[in-house]
Amino acid sequence: MGESAQDSYQKRWGHLRKVLERQGPFGHPEFEPSPEILEFVMNGCKILVIGAGGLGCELLKDLALMGFKNIHVIDMDTIELSNLNRQFLFRRKDIGMSKAECAAAFINSRVHGCQVTPHYKRIQDFDESFYRQFHVIVCGLDSIVARRWINGMMISMLQYDDGVLDQSSLIPIVDGGTEGFKGNARVIMPGLTACIECTLDLYPPQITYPLCTIANTPRLPEHCIEYVKVVQWPKENPWGSNIDGDDPQHITWIYEKSAERALQFNITGLSYRLVQGVVKNIIPAVASTNAVIAAVCATEVFKLATSCCVPMNNYMVFNDVDGIYSYTYEAEKKSNCLACSQVPQTLEIKDPSKMKLKDLIQVLCESASFQMRNPGLTTYINGKNKTLYMSTIKSIEERTRDNLNKTLTDLGLSDNCEIMVADQTSPNTLILKLKYLIEDVNMD
Amino acid sequence: MSSPAPKSPEQSEKSKKYDRQLRLWGDHGQRFLENSKVCLINATALGTEILKSLVLPGIGSFTIIDGEKVTEEDIGSNFFLDNDSLGNSRAQAATMCLLELNPDVRGDYIDEFPENVMKQNQDFLKGFSVVIATALPEKFLIPLSKQLWDAGIPLFSCKSIGLLGYARLQVNEHTVIEVHPDNDNPDLRLDEPWPALKEHLESFDISKLDKKERSHVPALIILYYFMQKFRNLHDGALPTNRAEKDQLRNMIRACGNEEGLLEENFEEAIHYVNTCLSHSKISSQVQSILDDPKCLNLNQDSAPFWVMVSALRELVQTEGSLPVKGSLPDMAADTNSYITLQQIYQKRFNEQVETVQRRVSEILRNVNQSPDAITEDEIKLFCKHANELYIVRGTCIADEYQSSTLDISMYLDDPDSLMMYYVILRGLDRFLSEFNAYPGQFDDQVEPDVVKLKSTIGKLLAEWGCGQVLRDERVHEVCRYGGAEMHSISAILGGCVAHEVIKLITHQYKPLNNTFIFDAITSNSVTYRL
Repeated sequence: MGESAQDSYQKRWGHLRKVLERQGPFGHPEFEPSPEILEFVMNGCKILVIGAGGLGCELLKDLALMGFKNIHVIDMDTIELSNLNRQFLFRRKDIGMSKAECAAAFINSRVHGCQVTPHYKRIQDFDESFYRQFHVIVCGLDSIVARRWINGMMISMLQYDDGVLDQSSLIPIVDGGTEGFKGNARVIMPGLTACIECTLDLYPPQITYPLCTIANTPRLPEHCIEYVKVVQWPKENPWGSNIDGDDPQHITWIYEKSAERALQFNITGLSYRLVQGVVKNIIPAVASTNAVIAAVCATEVFKLATSCCVPMNNYMVFNDVDGIYSYTYEAEKKSNCLACSQVPQTLEIKDPSKMKLKDLIQVLCESASFQMRNPGLTTYINGKNKTLYMSTIKSIEERTRDNLNKTLTDLGLSDNCEIMVADQTSPNTLILKLKYLIEDVNMD
Repeated sequence: MSSPAPKSPEQSEKSKKYDRQLRLWGDHGQRFLENSKVCLINATALGTEILKSLVLPGIGSFTIIDGEKVTEEDIGSNFFLDNDSLGNSRAQAATMCLLELNPDVRGDYIDEFPENVMKQNQDFLKGFSVVIATALPEKFLIPLSKQLWDAGIPLFSCKSIGLLGYARLQVNEHTVIEVHPDNDNPDLRLDEPWPALKEHLESFDISKLDKKERSHVPALIILYYFMQKFRNLHDGALPTNRAEKDQLRNMIRACGNEEGLLEENFEEAIHYVNTCLSHSKISSQVQSILDDPKCLNLNQDSAPFWVMVSALRELVQTEGSLPVKGSLPDMAADTNSYITLQQIYQKRFNEQVETVQRRVSEILRNVNQSPDAITEDEIKLFCKHANELYIVRGTCIADEYQSSTLDISMYLDDPDSLMMYYVILRGLDRFLSEFNAYPGQFDDQVEPDVVKLKSTIGKLLAEWGCGQVLRDERVHEVCRYGGAEMHSISAILGGCVAHEVIKLITHQYKPLNNTFIFDAITSNSVTYRL
């Protein structure tokens, strides 16, 4: 570096240097102020940003201006018009292009020296060897499944030596989420502090309407839309395909059919916007909340990378509907967490001669502590691997479909047997021990 | 009578682009936004972060006033200054980068120091919806604050120093129609039903319904039926305390069907006992707005809000209560029973809107305002949210800064109170005026500045009559920052302030009242009313 370049570098990063090169009373116990810290941030530290959407765009900007130069970003989405009210690295001309690639190109051109590497891919396309290269992983995702998957990946990478965690195998996760004017930011030290699965009950269940209501006694415009979605579309299938929420023709068709149904039942308040919202399950989003939550996350990444401050412990909620409110607390590690506890999981079964396999799958999907999507179940019977049910592969689904209506007893599953559950919510297979509750049969 | 589906306005380009936010503040909120003019004083990183989250959702226009030239430090912390702008006008460079974000927004700049602009043209700030000042020294902030206070224009004063963020809203008077409460209790009026509702409710005898009818009758009708039974046992009174409410719940619970089971709608009726019993009362917050002198003394310049409040006041005087909301929560029932009930509520709402609307027209005529000053949609919205009406009357920053009695002593007894940072930031303001530099700005002056800043703060506390002494470590921490502006802290505060500005412009959501401090060291925040 030439003298004037050195000089301009010193000045440009003067803000960060003050905090990193001076002693402060709130620094991490290991904090030793020195120019080497900024040097590490800029040239040693590698950050992975997952998601290049509302939070992702903000995160990339924030991290780049907090001195990080070596950043990777993963996003499988392309840019849409409705992103432009908040995803500020994109312009009209970028619609249809990869979010990750566009965002990376913008940051690299705006922030001198910053090297963002884009991956127009899914997180599941990468394995441990990829994830291992990063010092911190930051998530700006709108999908719970993806969050759980990456959480599972980081936990599976932990190494234990005689039951003691090898700290060098730990990669911190900083996670942000927003919905309208509400948001949360958290720091996860996998294996040490509460992980995504530990606090799974914080995610609200999706609103669903009972079929009998939407079919027989609709009262709300939403009921009419759901009816068209789940009954009329499969029956009439106007385009011979599944509903594509991004296809205006599909939405218009559903809008018109729902409007007819609403009129028939004297239901008011149906609008195109509502139809779109229900069909696509749209979550409202504004620039400001994303800005706040992403910046809180980026601040935590900076603390983790520099030790200039003790990281947040460990969960912050934010809401600016009524004034500006935030609250930070320590989310607790769940002692029998599915993902991070290393405790064998057991599931209590009342009566295996009554419980059918489909009931078991329903428990895995609906209970607050599992919240699985489409679990595939296998087991060992007499030392042989047996697939009980798997919906994700067509030929296996067809072959195992009949098992759904068999009881656990019929399937030869005995007390204390282990079943292996694979689901998109985790890269790891969950081993579940079935524990039968022997109950006195009540004969009244 | 099937009619072709109307061509949806939602399909316009603008609706698509702004879809995710229109679901929050609606097309009417967006119109306010698109007609707004925002002024930013000083295009610091904090300043441009605030404007970014206002340009994206589509304010009408912005103006940046800033006489500084772009420095290396600016580029290192401010995303909306590019590498080539080094040495150029900061106002201009930031304006160009911000305008790229949204072609719907207009923007211009004045490459001059704000104090000169204010000196040259006293009225310059008059046309703005909101003025935002970042990093503005005390001696310019105070006259600006006075000027905007008198002009009735909201002012935000904000600072981002190291890991601390500070935002202070000054607003003389601000009214909100849609508060968007987190839990919105249904407005059912079962305690005092109007004649049409009463007649409908009383046309049901729950004990005489057959099994099918029982399972289809809306929860409200069940609840009302048992409320009447309860009244008969209690001299006409409704339950007031928990024991009485439990008694009412038990009365419903005891009324299972032939098989002794309680249907879903009966369960819902039990659930509604708590939320639906005393809703016809007007909250003290709304009552004080109805009694406000502003709606008694209307004139040609009265804002639409006060004209509507005045009309509402008359409706309340004749009918004894606020207009009914006109919407029903969903409840287990067959379509017809539910819709019939819903229509009774809607009809009542429409009639009351009409009454208010007639009165609004009369008032407008009486005070010589245009009959179009308030639209029918505005009146509808106003009536629908009549029970949420909210007003803030703020305080003037100049008064706070010039006050010799700042009542903060009670906070300072807690050594962890974030009020300490308020005190330090006020000390920092004064330090800046006295020494023309931030404490700790120069590497070799950190230690001496700690001593100086402590003494400045000590003087301030003595002026306010506070006996407490601040812990050294926080003063030291602020000197460590040396006035550094860390991007992520500016981005946190920028997002917060931008949304507060949107609240002011749209008259939706309760704004900050009035001082917000964010401490990124511990990720905590607090709001004080100063």
